[in-house]
Amino acid sequence: MHQIFYTLQDFMLYTKGWAYILMGTSLVVFVAYWKFLFGRDKD
Amino acid sequence: MTTEAISKKSLFTPFNVIAGLILALGAVLTVWRFTQGLGAVTNLDNNNPWGIWIGFDLLCGVALAAGGYVTSSAVYLFGMKKHHAAVRPAILTAFLGYLFVVVALNYDLGRPLRLPYPFVVQSGTTSMLFEVGLCVALYLTVLFLEFSPAALEWLGYKRLRNTIHKCTIALTIFGVVLSTLHQSSLGALYLIAPSKLHPLWYSTYLPTFFFVSSAAAGMSMVMLEGWLSHKPFHNVMSDEYLGQHDDLYYGFAKGASWVLLGYVFIKVIGVAVDNEWSMLASGWGQWFLFELLGFALLPSLLYAIGARERNLKLIRWTALLTVVGIVLNRLNVSLIAFNYHLPSEMRYFPSWQEVGVTLFVCTMLVVTFKFIVTRMPIFYDHPEYKDEH
Repeated sequence: MHQIFYTLQDFMLYTKGWAYILMGTSLVVFVAYWKFLFGRDKD
Repeated sequence: MTTEAISKKSLFTPFNVIAGLILALGAVLTVWRFTQGLGAVTNLDNNNPWGIWIGFDLLCGVALAAGGYVTSSAVYLFGMKKHHAAVRPAILTAFLGYLFVVVALNYDLGRPLRLPYPFVVQSGTTSMLFEVGLCVALYLTVLFLEFSPAALEWLGYKRLRNTIHKCTIALTIFGVVLSTLHQSSLGALYLIAPSKLHPLWYSTYLPTFFFVSSAAAGMSMVMLEGWLSHKPFHNVMSDEYLGQHDDLYYGFAKGASWVLLGYVFIKVIGVAVDNEWSMLASGWGQWFLFELLGFALLPSLLYAIGARERNLKLIRWTALLTVVGIVLNRLNVSLIAFNYHLPSEMRYFPSWQEVGVTLFVCTMLVVTFKFIVTRMPIFYDHPEYKDEH
């Protein structure tokens, strides 16, 4: 997977796109992980 | 058995003999280094000006000493009073860690009397090294003050002890601020070398990586130190310390698990923003994934399982795995992935004298730790100050 970028705009769109997808994923994963981590706490 | 025989037996324990030999070797190496210079004892050169005295002693030493600010801020700033008994051992480990980081730094810099020079003789304050130097000097002072009540209780200086004890909250806040600054600045030091450090480890987020990973390193080190201290120092541990011990493990395991998962995410985001996906398939990429998945993601999951299942043994081994991972990460940034493009004959490998000095410094730390915890109220409360917390 080796992208060829002709403009800085292309590069930023591609890399920022990935970063935003990962950040969105992290929000979902962190909520699920919190439930997994603290799910068995009594209070 | 005569008194003489008892004293001889207690003096020549395996620990004392091995430590004594290492300290004797270290004394010789110290004279050698300070009389003959860096070239005589190190494999450093113009391509590799920083070796293990920086990569291991300083970078790993500072990261693993982060348990001080993590534990004291958890207890005094976030109100987790149930972990109070862990503060003093954590502060002591951090204080000795920083103290011997500065000792080790002298071997690399030479001319110890000029150590304060950056604060008075310099061409500007915008240097990262100046920032690191200032923060480490100030934080070492803060840690000394945070540790001093234990020494003053032992010595019987009540008034001075009480005065310093009143400053605990202020010292904790100052310590957290300083730690945030210099833990990240140690990563920022490498921002100056984008052409030398492999792109997978080089990132504009390096300061963030260093700071976030230091929090996990600190918590893991507190757990590891508690585990290693348990057997040899069990006789000086109070019931309160032993009673809080398990809860501390479960609490810190959850905290470290959470921080490590966050660390994994920001590392992946670092790969994404620099578009380094294709490099992950290379040999360096596999080494990078080995470090990230094996020593950050895996410990995060193991900590979570250990905390959920209340499995102390798993948490302890995971603490060791995390500490090894932090050491591996710091060595990757400073030595292994640094100058990655050089031919193998020009790459750095430490000389036996460098390894000897590192071993010497670590042994001094362990001996000093042992001296202090067997005399001062570290794992127990001094009888006169029991109800003060």
